[in-house]
Amino acid sequence: MSSHYEAPIREPLIIGEKSYHDISVDVGAPILGRANRSWYIAFSIALVAFLWGIGCIIYTVSTGIGVWGLNKTIGWAWDITNFVWWVGIGHAGTLISAILLLFRQKWRMAINRSAEAMTIFAVIQAGLFPIIHMGRPWLAYWVLPIPNQFGSLWVNFNSPLLWDVFAISTYLSISLVFWYTGLLPDFAMIRDRTTKPFQKKIYSLLSFGWSGRVKDWQRFEEVSLVLAGLATPLVLSVHTIVSFDFATSVVPGWHSTIFPPYFVAGAIFSGFAMVQTLLIIMRKVSNLENYITIQHIELMNKVILLTGGIVTVAYLTEYFIGWYSGQSYENYTYLSFGAATGPYWWAFVMLITCNLIVPLSLWVKKLRRNIMWTFMVALIINIGMWFERFNIIVIDLTKDRLTSSWAMFQPTFVDIGTFIGTIGFFFVLFLLYARTFPVIAQAEVKTILKSSGEMYKKRRAEHPNEPISHVDLDPTAEEPASNIQGSYFTSTDKKEEITTTDTIKDASKDDKINSLLSNVGTFDPKSQEADNLKKINGIGPVMERKLHELGIYTFEQVSKMTNLEYDMLDTITGEFPGRAKRDDWAGQAKVLKKN
Amino acid sequence: MATKVIHAIYTDDDVLLDAVKKVRAAKYTIKEVFTPFPVHGLDKAVGIEPTRIAIASFLYGLLGLTVAVVMMNYIMIVDWPQDIGGKPSFTFIQNMPAFIPIMFELTVFFAGHLMVITFYLRSKIWPFRKAENPDLRTTDDHFLMEIEVHGEETELLKLLSNTHASEVKVVEPLKILG
Repeated sequence: MSSHYEAPIREPLIIGEKSYHDISVDVGAPILGRANRSWYIAFSIALVAFLWGIGCIIYTVSTGIGVWGLNKTIGWAWDITNFVWWVGIGHAGTLISAILLLFRQKWRMAINRSAEAMTIFAVIQAGLFPIIHMGRPWLAYWVLPIPNQFGSLWVNFNSPLLWDVFAISTYLSISLVFWYTGLLPDFAMIRDRTTKPFQKKIYSLLSFGWSGRVKDWQRFEEVSLVLAGLATPLVLSVHTIVSFDFATSVVPGWHSTIFPPYFVAGAIFSGFAMVQTLLIIMRKVSNLENYITIQHIELMNKVILLTGGIVTVAYLTEYFIGWYSGQSYENYTYLSFGAATGPYWWAFVMLITCNLIVPLSLWVKKLRRNIMWTFMVALIINIGMWFERFNIIVIDLTKDRLTSSWAMFQPTFVDIGTFIGTIGFFFVLFLLYARTFPVIAQAEVKTILKSSGEMYKKRRAEHPNEPISHVDLDPTAEEPASNIQGSYFTSTDKKEEITTTDTIKDASKDDKINSLLSNVGTFDPKSQEADNLKKINGIGPVMERKLHELGIYTFEQVSKMTNLEYDMLDTITGEFPGRAKRDDWAGQAKVLKKN
Repeated sequence: MATKVIHAIYTDDDVLLDAVKKVRAAKYTIKEVFTPFPVHGLDKAVGIEPTRIAIASFLYGLLGLTVAVVMMNYIMIVDWPQDIGGKPSFTFIQNMPAFIPIMFELTVFFAGHLMVITFYLRSKIWPFRKAENPDLRTTDDHFLMEIEVHGEETELLKLLSNTHASEVKVVEPLKILG
């Protein structure tokens, strides 16, 4: 169809011969199936780290902040470093789902769900630090302007730390509803596909009774668009406000007007690095390589390259202004000659290497499309961006205006343990998410299948004038006619078609079919019910129809197939030779039969 | 009230769109269309009005902005006009730069959340709500058009048979939803 036209120069975003149903199957598979061993191993490790972190937090709160490595000069170190790092990571999710939606980027669709999940889980980690770094966290509710018995004692709206409260809570809650609203159709898909009663109940509850009416979709799209329009300035404002924590101070190195855009660019930079890290693993583990393609990875690398470039310009600007201002205090800031030669020279080197030099390798197309290299660079950027925040916070504080208050910072095991705990918590949440949520927005991916699917693009290239649509003219293709309820209607010419096509006339084939059926057993529509054979990996709607034509309707029958039957099947159907054997249909059917 | 509805099921969005246009051209009323994903142009083809939810969101945003201004003006300027770090607390305008971040955040907060709540209420989706799609496959890969029948059943079936429908069923509603 002409409406699906897309310039042939664009690479396909969905690889393989995917139908709408295949997308549902692939996205639903991790939820409807069982977790494997590596998932349990990863989950256990994350859980242990999380519990260790909880221990550290309880120890901090019950004993006092003194258990951290902070001193009188350096009142912020790992706590706020980790806070800014986590908030920054969260930003890529909103960028992918909101900003790329405004720019109508189709490649966002396969990755936005996971990126938003990452946002939410990262902001939860970030949200812990403002609480636990308080001396008296049980009074945290005093930051809210609630009428009270102290003559209504209010908060002070001049403080960026209060702006943080509003920014982070708005950001988390808006991201959450944006994400959840997008999930409704996908939960509905799982609800309607699962056969387990408990799962059905859960997903019915989660899907809020989503039915996919045309009016619902119209509102849904409008809501998504408006939320994207709101979330885009939100994401810019949130990290701007986080940067105000430093930029509005009088500390040399902090007091800088470049911080708001520079922090935002850094947030997107580090956020995309984290998305790469997670998705490179997830596409492998969840068999989503056909949806999260090398093209997606390359495009994300290009965003990393762009934002990394912006961050680099900011570094150079800071370095230049430090010198150009002529202020002697500016010589001890995190990006100054003094910092490069001072006691924290190694942190300076880490920052420049990880954020400035290593990402430059992504200019090379070969490296940009190399998954292993991308993974390495992404990890390095995550480390580098942690050092950026550490340098800004700690180096600038170590040497301030009075030499008598100069100090060094040494983290304790509690500092480190808390950080590891949040990483553990993040992965606990992300791993649980990957098993229970549709990790790809299947409803959205289905909308780009015809324009950006590999099969459709190829077909359009070969037959440019032919309308592309999949029409199944045979209504019995889906299930045995006996299963169809309600009064059933087809036009006369179609009825003829059914009577002529449902049997294969060839006599030699008839013999083969009979011997095949005698081996696997026959299907009696009166007493038996047909199974959904498409659940078997490798059987699509077309293959299922072929099997139905032969008289194979149940998992029971498929499970009895051996090499002999596979060969027979290949000679009868003449399609996808060897496929049944490769996919081990019998083995799959045995498993499905038991469920 | 119609006593019967016809469910025409399609397996392709483009075919569905053509069918919707044909049914509309023949002046039948399409009661509902269930699709697994948003089909571009379907709302226009079915003939439903554009949604006003964006306008609602704008108004909610104005409300949020008002709340922020009124709250901070009362707390910082009227109730306790204190000197905090030399910030001018004589009028709202003088100290406004410090209030902008929260004015912005509350505008977004109100516009976003109230719009989503409006969407949920208007589309009648909330926890424990029962799904009403008549065929489970409509959330997967099937498209279902529901047309009310007012006695012209045969003509309508004839029309639908020429629209490449994969299934056409005449359904008599047994229970009244409520």
